[in-house]
Amino acid sequence: MDATTLTYIFVGLSFSLYIGIAIWSRVGTTKEFYVAGGHVHPVVNGMATAADWMSAASFISMAGLIAFLGYDASVYLMGWTGGYVLLALLLAPYLRKYGKFTVPEFIGDRYYSDAARLVAVVCLIFISFTYVAGQMRGVGIVFSRFLEVDIDLGVVIGMAIVFVYAVLGGMKGITYTQVAQYCVLIFAYTVPAIFISLLITGNAVPQFGLGAEVADGSGLTVLAKLDGALTELGFSAYTEGTKSTIDIFAITAALMVGTAGLPHVIVRFFTVPKVSDARTSAGWALVFIALLYTTAPAVGAFARINFIQSVNEVSYGETPGWFKNWENLGLIAWRDKNDDGVIQYRAGAPFEGKPVFTESEARGENGERVIVNPATPSENEVYVDRDIMVLANPEIAGLPDWVIALVAAGGLAAALSTAAGLLLVISSAVSHDLLKKTWMPDISDRQELRAARIAAALAIGVAGYMGINPPGFVAQVVAFAFGLAAASLFPAILMGIFSKKMNKEGAIAGMLAGLAFTVAYIVFFKFVSPELNNASNWWFGISPEGIGTLGMVLNFGVATVVYRISPPAPAHVQNLVDDIRVPAGAGAGHMH
Amino acid sequence: MTDKKNSSKGTSAESRAAYWKANLSLLGKLLAVWFVVSFGFGIILVDWLNQFHLFGFKLGFWFAQQGSIYVFVALIFIYARRMRALDRRYGVED
Repeated sequence: MDATTLTYIFVGLSFSLYIGIAIWSRVGTTKEFYVAGGHVHPVVNGMATAADWMSAASFISMAGLIAFLGYDASVYLMGWTGGYVLLALLLAPYLRKYGKFTVPEFIGDRYYSDAARLVAVVCLIFISFTYVAGQMRGVGIVFSRFLEVDIDLGVVIGMAIVFVYAVLGGMKGITYTQVAQYCVLIFAYTVPAIFISLLITGNAVPQFGLGAEVADGSGLTVLAKLDGALTELGFSAYTEGTKSTIDIFAITAALMVGTAGLPHVIVRFFTVPKVSDARTSAGWALVFIALLYTTAPAVGAFARINFIQSVNEVSYGETPGWFKNWENLGLIAWRDKNDDGVIQYRAGAPFEGKPVFTESEARGENGERVIVNPATPSENEVYVDRDIMVLANPEIAGLPDWVIALVAAGGLAAALSTAAGLLLVISSAVSHDLLKKTWMPDISDRQELRAARIAAALAIGVAGYMGINPPGFVAQVVAFAFGLAAASLFPAILMGIFSKKMNKEGAIAGMLAGLAFTVAYIVFFKFVSPELNNASNWWFGISPEGIGTLGMVLNFGVATVVYRISPPAPAHVQNLVDDIRVPAGAGAGHMH
Repeated sequence: MTDKKNSSKGTSAESRAAYWKANLSLLGKLLAVWFVVSFGFGIILVDWLNQFHLFGFKLGFWFAQQGSIYVFVALIFIYARRMRALDRRYGVED
């Protein structure tokens, strides 16, 4: 059987599993739909959280980023795991004790204000849609590369699957499909990593293989070999950073705080039975995440070594099949600047911008696709999209076809599990926070459940549309999601728990200030004046990716000042804070 | 949110305040470790630490891409365990 047939089988089996779980876990009440009834085992919830959290970006893109950025990519590794420490220590147990359904609901109650709830809903919807568009795109890419269907059809199939289990099963359906998806994705990620680690270093554990000696008799470690090879080709050393320390610091902090403030992650901790379960569950979530996140640096380094060896100074005619496959998709391109028919891989961009190919099926004299982009003066001749590294890795390393099929199923699992979690928080924000809490408080549980299902279906439609017609700015706005969560939701929730007297005036002013500042900074550098987007124009040398950290500081500052000049929170709110600080009575919390 | 459950033994205002203080002090210690392994070892001190080696890694690079993550996992489980003990001591477990 060839790789495509195997991929159809693997993807088909995994999809039938998800649908089967969906039918088994249909729900009948809003409590089941929003928080899976509140009795998910902490280890199960940890696994579901890991799948919820690890998106197409973690599975498909991150190792590629590490491969090409080296040390600088540490911001993602520390940022996207360190946030769980904040979540477990500062937010999750108290929000579980509070015991309701959504993040805006907490902010609305704690700050006794519909306005605060609305600000939170707007942040949540913006953050979640930004994120979900990327997932749908990831689904489309996997489908088009491995199943040879149109990207758009791939997105539609992905939407249909999510529709079945999110709309039928709500949080309950999502929880148990996410557990299955975690198993698929972690298996699909680690199996090729173990193979490649064995091939390159002879060590079966990728985490150790990354530090081991390369099995080529040179006596060099993987990282030393990579440092040497890259500096020889004109790149900076793999283990040395190129970003400034303050920028690395700010980006890491923004990603950590943003992670802790992401609504679709926070709500997962509403589903466990007890406060103490919320704490351990966060620990298990990070264990399951760390399995992938400590493997990714090894995958990245091995991929870079393999890429250099199989491409650099190789004539186009002798390049392996994967090179041409990805070239056909426009994610790899080669321009023979010195007319020697041999590929030179060096530092710097090979030509300006992303490759634009001539309309016809025209081929150059070596058989390569013809690019119209103007060449740059650098000696580099290869363009490679970072996102392909994980997907191409098994082929680059020459692994068997079933491993390639497995990676396709894993990429789909990662994208679908995150998309479902995001769609659920969007739908509950609409049906619970807007309809039930703000506009139509009299609707029955059954009506609210129907509204939640309709909202989920609509959200899937919007997400699918964004996947098929991706706004060109998806990549640029990912910084938004974390920056906004860091600058708006996280400080408001944190102060709501750790300051008894923080009032609505302070919290709302803080959220709006953090939000306005962060949005303005990102919009200015990403959209208004992208040509100014460099370190000499940034405030304190902080890039738009890291500006959420300053936004958060501003939020805390403004909130504190406004709080001092307005009346403190009323007594019943201070009692609520007293109550969420102790675990006792959490079982009763869900009865409202 | 039923107040009846909370009025069981050991949940007087003073006892709750003491429980909260113990929690904050534990949080302070664990977050200090969190900060030191990531922002300290992985970012601020990375160049200095890179002169040392561990399992074939430069030490600062190892903290940035591996070590800090292992410490994060340990921190959460330590917190969960210590808090369970605190919950019991102050009679506020759920």
